[in-house]
Amino acid sequence: MTTTETTYREALRVAIRSALTRDDRVFLMGEDVGRYGGCFAVSLGLLEEFGPERIRDTPLSESAFVGAGIGAALGGMRPIVEIMTVNFSLLALDQIVNNAATLLHMSGGQLNVPMVIRMTTGAGRQLAAQHSHSLEGWYAHIPGLRIVAPATIEDARGMLWTALCDPDPVIMFEHGTLYAMSGPLDDAVQAVDIDKAVVRRPGRDATLITYGGTLRISLLAAEELAGEGVEVEVIDLRSLRPLDDATLLDSVTRTHRAVVVDEGWRSGSLSAEISARITEQAFFDLDAPVERVCSEEVPTPYAKHLEEAALPQPSDIVDAVRRATRDGR
Amino acid sequence: MTADGPANETRAKHHRELLQQMLRIRRFEEKCAELYSAAKIRGFLHLYVGEEAVAVGAVGALRPEEALVSTYREHGHALARGVPMESVLAEMYGRSTGCSRGRGGSMHLFDAARRFYGGNAIVGGGLPLAIGLGLADRMQGRRQATACFFGEGAVAEGEFHECMNLASLWRLPVLFACENNRYAMGTALARSHAQTDLALRASSYGMPAWPVDGMDVIAVEEAAHRALAVVRDGGGPCFLELRTYRFRAHSMYDPDRYRDKAEVEQWKVHDPIDGLIGRMRTDGDLTDSDLEAIERELSDELAAAMEAAEAGPLEPVEDLTRFVYSERS
Amino acid sequence: MADESFDFTMPSLGADMDEGKLVEWLVKPGDVVAKGDIVAVVDTAKAAIEVESFRGGVVERLLVEPGTTVAVGTPLATLSARGAPAELRPSAPEIVPEPEIVPEPAAAPRRPVVEPAPAPQRPVPAAGPLIRKLAAGLDVDLRAVRGSGHRGAITRADVKMAADARSARPSYRISPYARRLADELGVDLAAVHGTGRDGAIRSDDVRAAASVPPVPTAQPVKTTAPDTAAQKAAAMRQVTARLMARSKREIPHYYLSTTVDVTDALAWLRGRNRELPVPERILPAALFLRATTLAALRVPALNGYWVDDHFVDGEGVKLGVAVSLRGGGLVTPAIANAHELGLAELMTALRDLATRARSGRLRGSEMTGGTITVTNLGDLGVDAVYGVIFPPQVALVGVGKVVSRPWAVDGLLGVRTVTTLTLSADHRATDGNTGARFLDAIDQALHQPDMLWEGSR
Repeated sequence: MTTTETTYREALRVAIRSALTRDDRVFLMGEDVGRYGGCFAVSLGLLEEFGPERIRDTPLSESAFVGAGIGAALGGMRPIVEIMTVNFSLLALDQIVNNAATLLHMSGGQLNVPMVIRMTTGAGRQLAAQHSHSLEGWYAHIPGLRIVAPATIEDARGMLWTALCDPDPVIMFEHGTLYAMSGPLDDAVQAVDIDKAVVRRPGRDATLITYGGTLRISLLAAEELAGEGVEVEVIDLRSLRPLDDATLLDSVTRTHRAVVVDEGWRSGSLSAEISARITEQAFFDLDAPVERVCSEEVPTPYAKHLEEAALPQPSDIVDAVRRATRDGR
Repeated sequence: MTADGPANETRAKHHRELLQQMLRIRRFEEKCAELYSAAKIRGFLHLYVGEEAVAVGAVGALRPEEALVSTYREHGHALARGVPMESVLAEMYGRSTGCSRGRGGSMHLFDAARRFYGGNAIVGGGLPLAIGLGLADRMQGRRQATACFFGEGAVAEGEFHECMNLASLWRLPVLFACENNRYAMGTALARSHAQTDLALRASSYGMPAWPVDGMDVIAVEEAAHRALAVVRDGGGPCFLELRTYRFRAHSMYDPDRYRDKAEVEQWKVHDPIDGLIGRMRTDGDLTDSDLEAIERELSDELAAAMEAAEAGPLEPVEDLTRFVYSERS
Repeated sequence: MADESFDFTMPSLGADMDEGKLVEWLVKPGDVVAKGDIVAVVDTAKAAIEVESFRGGVVERLLVEPGTTVAVGTPLATLSARGAPAELRPSAPEIVPEPEIVPEPAAAPRRPVVEPAPAPQRPVPAAGPLIRKLAAGLDVDLRAVRGSGHRGAITRADVKMAADARSARPSYRISPYARRLADELGVDLAAVHGTGRDGAIRSDDVRAAASVPPVPTAQPVKTTAPDTAAQKAAAMRQVTARLMARSKREIPHYYLSTTVDVTDALAWLRGRNRELPVPERILPAALFLRATTLAALRVPALNGYWVDDHFVDGEGVKLGVAVSLRGGGLVTPAIANAHELGLAELMTALRDLATRARSGRLRGSEMTGGTITVTNLGDLGVDAVYGVIFPPQVALVGVGKVVSRPWAVDGLLGVRTVTTLTLSADHRATDGNTGARFLDAIDQALHQPDMLWEGSR
């Protein structure tokens, strides 16, 4: 196996380039994806390589270009639509929720929408309340959508092609703090499954369930806990809809304790859903209440110390695991 | 008349077809109102009575391979497009044999084979789909148009303006067919628009746009042919403001308090069906027995459609969650 | 509030009691009884015990004549619930009215009211003024108390439970997994000590409980309340016999002893006693009780119960004291919260307990629940006591006679006052090294008599 040192951003770019090369129906569309090179430089250089027909800069019309992506998918294309941040995606919510998610069902199975919508999510870059929120849990509420969250370089490289091959709309959430993450990437990786959650670190004492931007801090917390003799199993959800219940339950029925880490707010959240599923399906295996580590219920503030206080920190995760395992290990 | 329009000999036949189609929609919808009152049809039922010239004239100008996106007042478009009456009626009955397998109802008629893309019940929500379908045609080198029907109410939506701009910017092959029936549900055009000349507003986006007498099927047909020629020829989108009027209330729930009875009566003088009949009689193209034959034929078709719809099986409840995601082989 | 009559029944004063003899009524019809008042004396096979009413009311009828033996649960008297709880008004002022004066009833016992008044359902629990006063004293918010009384009325017990719940470990917290595991392993959760959050029982607690092979639980023995003094003595003998036999059958005893130099402690005590009036002077026996209490706190593994294959911490010392009765026989009433009592208070408690034990006026609550017991036979001249543990306790301390002996201190032989202390301990709960630490703790306490004076709280 040969590996190349790369970044999450480059891995995404390689994935887009590879998809554009493999399939003529694929094109990238979004605000500043062409000349500018992508708000987060993901598509840098692709305009020069593939031309303006396939790397399409759009006006600031989220609803129109996301809807156009849906229409293009209906018309036989395989669009990749980039929305700068999940906050902006709310301007296209009508198209995503009322059209992309419903057309297949509403048409009695006639019209599937094979498209991928990519967007940045999450805080941690002092971008305040209109660029920092983690609303993927909202999208994960919607039947008809598939929601994925690559948390590793390998997933950044491999999820896109699988998502493009999916006959239904897939939304890919890229946490803003991950783009610069670097590490080795197996050159052989072309596509990875987008169905399964993955155990990123095995352990016996508690199950830490997380995804996307909070995977790294969860692994840090697990490392610290290992120093105390607490072995935490860390699960990366990868797919937020559908949720891979089997992997979660398999782990929780072994560790008997679950801690959910989600940068989204606690109320009515993905973490609430996961907690509920564990309680529904593994109640008699639980040795402690399910713990949750979520963002404070405030719009994300600008000032660094306030933003940090609002977001889940490794110490919060450590504390939650200690609560779950205290004296009971 | 277009230069290559029907010659005198074929004129009679063509007008007879237009009349037959308008009457077919009219009789169908009158039956729908009756069936709704008898509780055979539920949900919202938005009738098109009075506007038939628009659907018959404009849809008839489309080629079979060209896509059509419509609104929730789409029975006329569906029938004009060739969606079988019995599958439309069965859909309203909520039957498995309905064109959306009982999952759409009156507002969500779909027929992928006939490129009939609904049946969109979010005002303005179909426009992005249409430009996406046009984009797909363009990117795949198909010289064909997509027709997008919407009411004048959609002109107030942000999506309308986003799409006008994007379609014109990218010179997408889309015919925007605005059915201006003067009322967005109960709100008169002048009560919700600062500028009521809709063609003027569309033209500000740099596309050909003109008003058409939507009560005259011949005029609509002619305008549609002209506009489609531009669109198919790579001239970018066109906008037709089809001035029409609905004779019945907005929906079956609507007490119709927002307009004068006198106004309705005044518009009924311009009933597109009566207009065409008068013209055909003047031209000597229609006899009473011709008309009787058409009515008899329609009556038979309607009776057969009702019988089929009544007899149609219900979709099994076990299949409730089908078509949320594509079924994989 | 409509009157409502209820029964005062023969209480169960121990796991091995299923009937008892009413010895004496301390109330008569018409008497007002507050909750907790002593209303009768009941003789069990072991002792005459004053029993209390757990509800307040007016005595209507006495149903059982003194001298009658009845089964546990048999109604002994009918009371009517008077001064019924008033409706709780959450916004009521803090001023607590005086308790209602219940008028003297007519000579004839009042008939119980039979038709149950269909009172409307109360949206909030009711509590009388006394309850409100009690709650205020204990700082309990009545709105948060669930009433267990008539129509959801809050009783004294509810308030006390609410107050206790703040400090005590609620035993009903059991994780779902622990519950399932206990079922699979056949562990009785009532005997499992929870170590999780808020005392919750978790899987590891169940596993710990399950790791000891199960021992068959002794069946409760049927006792017969005695009539004559001879029968009574015989019955008591039988009870003791059964209990001791069970102890020796079930408890693998181990024994340790040490001889302690108490010269300095007794000299210190004499000094203290010179400052006290004669009736309050402290006997050496109290020193040993106090030292045992301190040792139990330092080595809690010996202070508690062995229940269903698991040690349950006593959580505070309830010190059992073996008292031999004049007519023969033995009782072991316990001093509650011994760890909170200073030496003088302990002496007072001991004196009171012995007096009442010998006059048959022990209370039911004193007869059960000791966490460790001291038996002192030194007065009878024995050198050392190798006692039998009272189940389900796990340890018993024996005190021999205080005697002058030749004794070496720092290499010099002299005459010192010594006594031999013995520990009998349950080998299921502890091992010899724990027992040794315990005896050493007693020894140390007796060498630091100043520490014996103040209560530990």
